[in-house]
Amino acid sequence: MNLIDLILEPLSYDFMIRALITTLVAAIVGAVLSTWLVLIGWSLMGDAVSHAVLPGVVIAYIIDIPFAIGAALFGFLAVILIGVVRDTSRVKEDAAIGIVFTTLFALGLVLISVTPSQTNLTHIIFGNLLGVSWADVTQVIVLGAFTLGVLIYKSKDFTLFAFDPSHARAIGLNPKLIGAVLLALLALTSVVALQAVGVILVVAMLIIPGATAYLLTDRFSKMLIIAPVMASVAAVGGVYLSYYLDTASGGMVVLSQGAIFALVYLFSPRQGIIGKRVRVASLAKIARKLEAKAL
Amino acid sequence: MSYGEVKALIGASFELEAGKVVGLVGMNGSGKSTLFKAIMGMIKTQSGSIEIFGEDPVLVRRKGGISYVPQSEEIDWSFPISVRDVVLMGRYGKMGPSRRAGSEDHLAVKEALERVELDEYANRQIGQLSGGQRKRAFLARAIAQEARILLLDEPFSGVDKKSEATIIKLIKGLASQGATILVSTHDLLALPQLADESILLMRRVLMHDTTKNILQPNNLALAFGIDVLARGDES
Repeated sequence: MNLIDLILEPLSYDFMIRALITTLVAAIVGAVLSTWLVLIGWSLMGDAVSHAVLPGVVIAYIIDIPFAIGAALFGFLAVILIGVVRDTSRVKEDAAIGIVFTTLFALGLVLISVTPSQTNLTHIIFGNLLGVSWADVTQVIVLGAFTLGVLIYKSKDFTLFAFDPSHARAIGLNPKLIGAVLLALLALTSVVALQAVGVILVVAMLIIPGATAYLLTDRFSKMLIIAPVMASVAAVGGVYLSYYLDTASGGMVVLSQGAIFALVYLFSPRQGIIGKRVRVASLAKIARKLEAKAL
Repeated sequence: MSYGEVKALIGASFELEAGKVVGLVGMNGSGKSTLFKAIMGMIKTQSGSIEIFGEDPVLVRRKGGISYVPQSEEIDWSFPISVRDVVLMGRYGKMGPSRRAGSEDHLAVKEALERVELDEYANRQIGQLSGGQRKRAFLARAIAQEARILLLDEPFSGVDKKSEATIIKLIKGLASQGATILVSTHDLLALPQLADESILLMRRVLMHDTTKNILQPNNLALAFGIDVLARGDES
């Protein structure tokens, strides 16, 4: 079997095509959003919102409305509750985040346990990439396109908010509103990505691509390209690996992202641990040569 | 103005003339930052009002009239952004909702960078600049914004003497073109060259006078809480 057969064989199955489309969309949208999340320092917030959407999704399933509405509502509820606990008690923010999202996630688990359903709701938790329907794919594409559109249209404002919110205020913008829009998009992205990898692993897609790109460049505009490219490679690679190795596809996609991050962490020319050592060593070599010449 | 129960600043009444550099002097916790935050609308005043050119500060901000140069500690210097893009942010208020820069914006950025002598560093990542250059980059942002009021929060901290002189020259040049500039500083030595008048702050406005008078030891003692008699008792 040659390489082309290896690539084409899985594509003869409809479910593999649906899986690939879903993961690609989720990976790209999550990656673009992740560039801002890692720079603002909102990784933990990404973790919280992506978990807290669970009860919203279950309730949306029960009363038969689009998942996105329930998810967005509970995403916001989580952010508001975190703010309230942090600002009105002596509990610090990380603890407030931990309390709120685990409680909401637990509520989701309890709701699932009492909801009779044809489609197994536990798929929301662990993802069921190979079981997505064309209706799911359509929802992912529509939500993904909308989210990506807003992110790109308002990208300058989000970067301003991440870099210097006081300047945003000085020129008459409302940094709180910009932050709220970003959190709403985070909730929508969670809905998109949970189809691919499940609620538990969504946060990986909201952190790893942005963090990887941050190690590779000093230009935000380049991060916006590197992150989705890296996430797409991991998405397609992960789905193929899961097909041939017969492993969990969502897990494989995130594992691929983690592996790429590890490579970049070690070998990035600027920030990589080994890259730095190599550079220092080659500088030392040049210095020794110059010294020898001088003697 | 207060945070929780503690009143940070009361009775802060003063008026500034256009085209002047005014020093804001006081120790940590005297309310300098609170005053800036109130002008910026980051905290609400409990009583009293702020007017800029006879208008609500919200309107002035929307027109791009106010520029704020933050303290160094407020900025993430490893942020992946170039000097040019920082200065371009000064033009955002003048652009459409997607902030696409036009030729006018690029020209304004170029001129601002030349004025602060950073044009050759335009493509550097902002954190690769020295302390003084970083301050000049943010001043260039204010210049590109064409703001009429500049709020500078501790512009001389982490800046060497030579850069300090350059920054003072820049600030005075902007004032001579009609900008009103409020500078908070610990650096009392540099103050006389910088500002003709100053405000002495200690949870309220103690004095608003010429810088020379403000810097009289007995006046500074009021603001910095050095009780001359108590010290005599200790020794």
